[in-house]
Amino acid sequence: MTFRTMTAAAALAMLVPAFATADPDAKLVVNGEIEMVTETEAPEHLEGLRTIRSGWTFRTEETQALQMDDFDNPAMIFVDQARDVWNTVEGDAGESCASCHGEPESLRGLRAELPKWNEEKGEVYTAEMYINDCRTERMGAEPWGWDSQPMKNMTALISSVSRGMTVDVAIDGPVREAWERGKEIYYTRYGQLELACANCHEDNYDNYIRADHLSQGHINGFPTYRLKQANLVSKHNRFRGCIRDTRGVPYAIGSEDFVALELYVASRGNGLSVEGPAVRN
Amino acid sequence: MAENVKARVRAPRSASAGEVATIKTLISHPMESGQRKDSQGNTIPRSIIHRFTCDFNGENVIDVKMEPAISTNPYFEFEAKIPEAGEFKFTWYDDDGSVYEESATVEVS
Repeated sequence: MTFRTMTAAAALAMLVPAFATADPDAKLVVNGEIEMVTETEAPEHLEGLRTIRSGWTFRTEETQALQMDDFDNPAMIFVDQARDVWNTVEGDAGESCASCHGEPESLRGLRAELPKWNEEKGEVYTAEMYINDCRTERMGAEPWGWDSQPMKNMTALISSVSRGMTVDVAIDGPVREAWERGKEIYYTRYGQLELACANCHEDNYDNYIRADHLSQGHINGFPTYRLKQANLVSKHNRFRGCIRDTRGVPYAIGSEDFVALELYVASRGNGLSVEGPAVRN
Repeated sequence: MAENVKARVRAPRSASAGEVATIKTLISHPMESGQRKDSQGNTIPRSIIHRFTCDFNGENVIDVKMEPAISTNPYFEFEAKIPEAGEFKFTWYDDDGSVYEESATVEVS
């Protein structure tokens, strides 16, 4: 009897690692040169978690591998498309992104601090807002939709040049009010299922929700290539999806509420590396 | 021609004679199956890449017939023996008659 219990226990012990996706000690190195921090101490303001883990650590080995080489990463197709657009003149002013910024690499570092306070406009700014300001004010071109393909491509390009840098989003000073609002949203239960972001991503990460393996919900890998959609997915699109799944009515993509949530969620990942465009399922 | 078609190829720059190298190719293409309908209920016409070939110095390495079930942005990875220095030529054939070409030279050391 004792023997039988032990066998069962041993069998169970062997099963656990098989369920828990990949090797927990696996290192994320992209193209053999960009080393990423995928697990680190949680930032001080974050009380609900001791260590923060990149969404990459929750994925299967096959999905993880896709992100480790730019050739295998399907998101890089969209980054290439954005590079073409970067150099294309559009609008009345006869300017392209390259006219002012030169190479996309000149924006290295930007992604790591976004969203951030825009002094001139007096509000919290995301990549999408900066891009559209450039388009309307400097280029004299039509703004892109927040969740449109060219916008997702461009944010992916801007993110890609900061890969490997440490996420360091400011939470004090003028952004504090928005940050507090974002935190409030994060811990508010929404929808018929009465679920807050924290219920899944703080209390139950590493567990399964139906067939999906819950991550901690960091956004350092966004815009991310989702295998399910075969396309890039923006942060706000993902937020909307989560609230919809609680059977609640989501805030609008690009709304002040989602910008506040983006700021708060980004700050929860302070210390991880910029991975976007990452690959997730 | 489908929009935003971009071919990408990875082959070694140099190899030793007789080496078997891994070749990777990826082309961005919507691969519209012809089975879907738009919001008005009209069938979206089929538009796929129906054939992919790879030649090395004029000799065929792989010739693939592709069908509508193949998903967007088709990716092929295969191995090829490199007997001598030369050039890989990759060709994709689109339903609409477009032909996309890419090449990669390999030196033998």
